[in-house]
Amino acid sequence: MSTSLDPVSDDVEVTDNIHENQYLTFLLGDEEYGVDILRVQEIRGWDSVTTIPNAPAFIKGVINLRGTIVSILDLRERFGIESVDYNELTVVVVLRVKGEGKDRIMGVVVDAVSEVYHIAENDLKDPPDLGYAINMDYMKGMATVDNKMVSILDIDQLMSLKDIDDATESGGKAGA
Amino acid sequence: MSIDMSQFHEAFFEESFEGLGIMESELLTLDVGAGDVEIINTIFRAAHSIKGGAGTFGFMNVSEFTHVMETLLDEMRDGSRGVTQFAVDSLLGSVDVLRTMLEAARDNTEVDEEMVAARYAVLNKILKEEASDSSSVDDVESVPPADPSVSNSVGEGWVISFIPHTDLLMAGNDPVRMFRALTELGELSAKIDSSNLPPFTELVPEDLYLSWVLTLTGDVSKAGIEEVFEWVEDDCDLTITPLVGNTQNEQAVAEPAAVVEPVAVSTVAPASVKEKVSDNSAANQVAEKKKPATKPKKATESASIRVGIDKVDEIINLVGELVITQSMLDQVGEDLEAHAETASVGGDSGSQKINADILLRLNKGLAQLERNTRELQDGVMRIRMLPISFVFSRMPRLVHDLSAKLNKKIDLQVSGEETELDKTVMENIGDPLVHLVRNALDHGIETPDIRLAAGKPETGILTLNAYHQGGNVIIEIKDDGAGINKARVRAKAIEKGIIAEGDSLTDDEINHLIFAPGFSTAEVVSDVSGRGVGMDVVKTSITKLGGRVVVQSEEGKGSVFTIRLPLTLAILDGQLVTVGGESYVIPLIAIIESLQVDRTQINAVAGKAEVYKLRDEYIPIIRARAVFGVEDNKADLHESLMVIVEVDGSPVGIIVDELQGQQQVVIKSLETNYRKVETMSGATILGDGTVALIWDVNGMVSVHKKKLNNGVIKA
Repeated sequence: MSTSLDPVSDDVEVTDNIHENQYLTFLLGDEEYGVDILRVQEIRGWDSVTTIPNAPAFIKGVINLRGTIVSILDLRERFGIESVDYNELTVVVVLRVKGEGKDRIMGVVVDAVSEVYHIAENDLKDPPDLGYAINMDYMKGMATVDNKMVSILDIDQLMSLKDIDDATESGGKAGA
Repeated sequence: MSIDMSQFHEAFFEESFEGLGIMESELLTLDVGAGDVEIINTIFRAAHSIKGGAGTFGFMNVSEFTHVMETLLDEMRDGSRGVTQFAVDSLLGSVDVLRTMLEAARDNTEVDEEMVAARYAVLNKILKEEASDSSSVDDVESVPPADPSVSNSVGEGWVISFIPHTDLLMAGNDPVRMFRALTELGELSAKIDSSNLPPFTELVPEDLYLSWVLTLTGDVSKAGIEEVFEWVEDDCDLTITPLVGNTQNEQAVAEPAAVVEPVAVSTVAPASVKEKVSDNSAANQVAEKKKPATKPKKATESASIRVGIDKVDEIINLVGELVITQSMLDQVGEDLEAHAETASVGGDSGSQKINADILLRLNKGLAQLERNTRELQDGVMRIRMLPISFVFSRMPRLVHDLSAKLNKKIDLQVSGEETELDKTVMENIGDPLVHLVRNALDHGIETPDIRLAAGKPETGILTLNAYHQGGNVIIEIKDDGAGINKARVRAKAIEKGIIAEGDSLTDDEINHLIFAPGFSTAEVVSDVSGRGVGMDVVKTSITKLGGRVVVQSEEGKGSVFTIRLPLTLAILDGQLVTVGGESYVIPLIAIIESLQVDRTQINAVAGKAEVYKLRDEYIPIIRARAVFGVEDNKADLHESLMVIVEVDGSPVGIIVDELQGQQQVVIKSLETNYRKVETMSGATILGDGTVALIWDVNGMVSVHKKKLNNGVIKA
C-alpha cells in the first residue's frame, strides 16, 4: 500500500522491447486484484442502489451515473467470498466491459482501491489450475509485485452477460 | 472531380421516396377526363426531381424510366393527351416499378428486368397511341442539363456557331462560363474546332484560337441565347440557326470535318452526345451496365430525420432564453455573495430587506428556469414528431387498388393528417394501420349490390381520423359496412377453441375475440386478409408501442377501431408505487383503477391462485412482493392497496405496498448497460437522482405464472 509508483517501476525490469501495461489494483479482504487501467472509467464511493427484482445476488442493483443507468456488481459475491458490510472505504470501480458486440458500463464493488502498477507482459504468469476454487476464465494471469501476489482479472469474462443470464434464471426460480 | 457522390445517396433516396409518395397521392386525386393542370404539374415536378437526381448520381435506369413517365405526363399537361383511367393506372404502376428500382439501387440488389421491361412496353404503347400529337414534348422544364437520356427525344433547338476573336479573353470573358449559362437553358453539346491552333512555339497564352459549334436542344428562344452572348457579340462571329433533324448524331455528322472531338460542357452530363435510344433493350443494357458501378451500401433504413426549420428556430430561441435565465441566476448568486460579506459586519433591518429582495429574485429566476426547461424539453421532443400524414398517405392508394380488386365502391375520407406523432411510433404503426384498412375493406364494407339491398348508399365510406387527447394520439378507422357478425364470431371462437360453448360473453367481449390469435371468419381466404394472423398481430404491435386498440361495432351499421398511442416512446405518464422499500413506476396507460382491498372479496382457487371479486367479475390477484422475491409478511391482504391493470385485454390486480404520486418520467434503457429484465420495461431517474424501474405488467404476469407453476409462490 505504501509503495509509490517509482520504486514499483524499478522493481519491474523495464527493457525497451517489453510491452508494459498499467493495472489498477483493489482489495478484497487480503487479496489483491488488478484490472487494465484503460478499462477504468472512474472510481466512486459506495452509494445506495436501486435493486433489480429477481437479479442474481451478486448484482446489487442499478445507479444513476450522470443520466445513464449502470448496474453494480459485488465482486465478493461474484467470487463467493464471504461478504462484508459496506463502509466508508467501500468503493465502486466503474469499468468499460466489452462483449456481445457492444461496450457496456458496469460498476464493481470492492473493499478498497490499492495501487497502480506497471507490469510487463512477460511478468504476467499463467495462473495455476485451482480446480473448482475459481473459474479460471476470469483470470488473465498472475504477477508478483513487492513479493505480493496480484491476480489480474479478465473483466470481459468476469462480467459477461451470459453468466448474468444463467444466474438470473436460477435466481428467479429460487427466489421468494 | 473526386467528390464521393455516395455520401449524398441517402439524401437522394429519402427525397426520391418522398417524391414517389407525392406522385402517388396526386395521381389518385387526379380526376379522369378532366386533368387538373396544377395536379399534373405537381406530379411532373416530383418525377422531374427524381429524374434529375438519378441522372446526377448515375442511376441511369431510374432516370431513363422516369423520363418516359415524364413524357407521358408532359403530354397530359399540355392537353395533347387526355387523362384516361388506363394512363393513370399505368402511371401508378410505374410509380411502383420506380420504387422497386430505387430500392434496388439503394440496397445494391438486382432489379427485376422483366418487370421493368413490361412497364416500359405499357408506357411506350400509350405514348405511341397518339404519337403524332407529341411533337412538342420537351420544353425547358422537362429537359434538364443533367439528363443525358434526353438527346433521343424529339425536340427543338439551335445550332450556335461561335467563333471568338483571338482577343476575347483579354476582356475578361470566359467561354466556359457562357456555355454553363447555356446549359441552364437546355441540353447543350459542344464541338470544338482547334484547327486554328498555332504550333506550340508560336502560341500566345492570352489569345484564343479555338472556335465552337454548339448544339442546344430544348424550347429555348433565340433571344435567350443572344442574351448569353450579349457581352461578347462584338468580339466574335456568332450565328444562331434553328436545329434541324432529331438527334444529335445526325447533327454531328453534318458538322465540318475540322471537328476534333466532342467536348461536353455541362459539368454533370459527360455522356450527352452518346446515343441513347429509349427502347426497352437499350434501356436495360444501360441499366445493366450501370449496376455494378453503384457502390455497395448498407441496406438498413436511414436513421436520419427531416426537421422543419421552424422547429429548429424555436429550440434556438429557447436556448437563448435559457442563457438569459442562467446569467440572471448568476447575478443573484454574485449579489448574495457580496451581500453576505457586508451582512457579516452588521445584521440590521436594511440587510434583511436586501436578503428578501435577493430571495425574491432567486425564486423568480428558478421559476423561469423551470419554464425554460419544460419548453426546451417539449421543443426537443417535437423534433422527433412527424405528421401522421406520412402513414395516412399510403392509404388512398391502398383503397384505390383494393376497391378495384374487390369490386367495391369506397369513398375514403381522411382527417387530422397534421396530428403529430413520434417518428418511432410512426414507423411501427404503419403496418397495423394498413392491415386494419384492408380488413375494413375486405370484411367491413359490402359489395354495392348487398349495400343497395340493405338500403345503404352504393358507395361505402371509410373514415380515417387522428387527433390528440391528453398525452395520447387517437387514430380511428371507421367504416359503414356490415359490422361484426357476433353470432358468427362466437361460433368461430367456439370452433377454434378460444372460448367454451357455455361461456357467457358481452357483446363487447365478442367483438374483441377478433384479436385472438388464430381467429379469422372470412369464408374465403383471400390474399387481402383472412389468414387469421392479422388482427392478432395488429394488437401485439400496438401493445408493443405502449398503446391499446379497441373495437366498437354494430351489426349492419359498421365498425370503429380506435387506436390509442402514446405521443412518444421517450416519456411516459407513470404512477409511482413502492414495493419492498423500492420505488417503481407503473405506466398510467396500463392502469384501470386503484383500490383498497376488502377481505370479504378475496377467494382462493385450488388453494393456490387468489382472485378478487371486483363488482361482478373475478380478477386474478398478483402480489408484487412475491413476483419480485421480496419477503411478504402480509398473509391477510385486507386493506392492502391494489392497482388494477389491463393485461391482454383483461384486468389483473397487483398488490403494492404504497401508492405515491403520478408524474411524467423519461424512459431510460436498462439494456444499454445491463440485460433485459423480464418484469421491467426500462428505468427512469426520479427527482432526487435515484433510479426507479418501470414495470412491464405483461412481464409481471408471466413471471407470476412461472413462479406459481414452479411452486415458488404459495398463496
